[in-house]
Amino acid sequence: MRRPLAVLTVNVALALIALVTLFPLAWMVSASFMAPGEASTYPPPVLPHAATLANYRLLFAEHGILRQVVNSLFISLLATGLSLAFNLTAGYAFAKLRFAGRERVFRMLLGALIIPAQVTMMPLFLMLRGMGLVNTYAGALVPWLASVFGIFMVRQYALSVPDEMLEAARIDGASELRIFVSVVLPVLKPIIVTLAVLTFLGAWNDFMWPLIVLTDHDVQTLPVALAALSREHVQDAELMMAGAVITVLPVLLLFLALQRYYVRGLLVGSVKG
Amino acid sequence: MKPSRAGWLFAAPALLAIAVFFVVPVVAALVMSATDFDIYALADLRNTRFVGLGNYFQLLQTPLFWRALLNTLFFVVVGVPLSIAVSLGTALLLHSRLARFTGFFRTALFAPVVTTLAAVAVVWIFLLHARYGTLNYALSWLGLRPVDWLGDPRWAMPAIVLLSVWKNFGYNMIILLAGLQAIPAELYEAAQLDGAGPGAAFRHVTVPALAPMLLMVSILTMAGHFQIFAEPYVMTQGGPAERTVTVLYLMYENGFKWWSLGSASAVAFVLFLFMLGTSLLQGRLAGRAGWSS
Repeated sequence: MRRPLAVLTVNVALALIALVTLFPLAWMVSASFMAPGEASTYPPPVLPHAATLANYRLLFAEHGILRQVVNSLFISLLATGLSLAFNLTAGYAFAKLRFAGRERVFRMLLGALIIPAQVTMMPLFLMLRGMGLVNTYAGALVPWLASVFGIFMVRQYALSVPDEMLEAARIDGASELRIFVSVVLPVLKPIIVTLAVLTFLGAWNDFMWPLIVLTDHDVQTLPVALAALSREHVQDAELMMAGAVITVLPVLLLFLALQRYYVRGLLVGSVKG
Repeated sequence: MKPSRAGWLFAAPALLAIAVFFVVPVVAALVMSATDFDIYALADLRNTRFVGLGNYFQLLQTPLFWRALLNTLFFVVVGVPLSIAVSLGTALLLHSRLARFTGFFRTALFAPVVTTLAAVAVVWIFLLHARYGTLNYALSWLGLRPVDWLGDPRWAMPAIVLLSVWKNFGYNMIILLAGLQAIPAELYEAAQLDGAGPGAAFRHVTVPALAPMLLMVSILTMAGHFQIFAEPYVMTQGGPAERTVTVLYLMYENGFKWWSLGSASAVAFVLFLFMLGTSLLQGRLAGRAGWSS
């Protein structure tokens, strides 16, 4: 194949795949601005005849979806904060602080990765029910406290912190907490952003656990509320697309803004030795 | 404070959280799977009896359990190779020296990965609509008859596979792309000197170099596919004709709709055993093929 033709083939193929990949998302946005019933016509329209915000207005005014937006935002932000607090300290300890049984405990943690989290859901639900935490933010947050993957990711990054730096601070008489806060954390900044983005997206997009533990409409997250709404409004494509946009857009924008950090986390997970 | 004490103190909060909210529940689930814990036990724990392997035997005699297992295996066996093939194909295209605007294409192809599964499942309900869906419209250009994707028992699971490939291929694409970029250029130059064309170079340089990564990717992708739940919950509620009841869907219904938490725990452990078994099997097969990572 001659070179210009080859260049054309590769790039046209990529453009077509990108078009097919982006189409569902583009259609979601477009249909969310259509008048009720407009999307359910043949041939399916690509763009709204006359763009309207009616679906969004309906969601906020009639269905009070602001409540779920706030719930999702709160739970995801709290999950991010908690996950950082637990995983940064532990990841640093496993990388840089010597303590008895460290390697053994770390191997056990990695071993636990093969157990799917769904196994825990029945006892966890009973446990939280006993503590009165069903239908509370706290109940939804419990699985996000500490994660083996988060600890692993922080540890891999923290291994590159030079020991001399920590020793110098110790000789200066700094406490371990002080060293962690003012010496280690600044160096860990990139992985902090990565862990934060991954946790926020994970918590925002999570479905099964919030579905189980948040049955009350008022405490539900967006994905759970959207799933419930779609069962009642099977015919209202336009309304449902507006709901999908509200759910998907925040995470999509966050990803676009912090893409570099997100991809780093993805690759850390893939090269564990 | 000595570093050794500090080490335990720094690790303690996370280890405690994992112990209380993961390890204890896993053990409790194993115990629960050997009891008849149900809605009456929910009211009063004394209504629970030890039944040994009773739940497991009960499941083996339940047609819906076999249906769920079969549906899940279909999703895994068809979905995983398809998904990895698309990931590898797009990674190769992006890695090609001829590709332009790779930054844009990479982001565009990756975008579905970060979207909310439950929300895009709702979007796909309408894209797959038998009458007004875009997919059937596109098929009509090719002269194909419309398919009732989510209403036809034969097509519901394949439709969910389509959604899943679209949603997930970007993830492995990024990983495989990183793998391709790590292959030393000298290997290709040497192959070229030996007279290898693009096809031979792919077979003898790319595939062997990528093999350990492909193995890891396929084990992780399989684990993810075994855990399919949101798609059938949102799109089909297990129907039509129970063709999209998956193992986790069954666990959810048993546990949180009928409150048979003992039986649901047994379902969860069956899933775990399947995931463990297939991972070990894949590792073993790969070891035999000489793909040690």
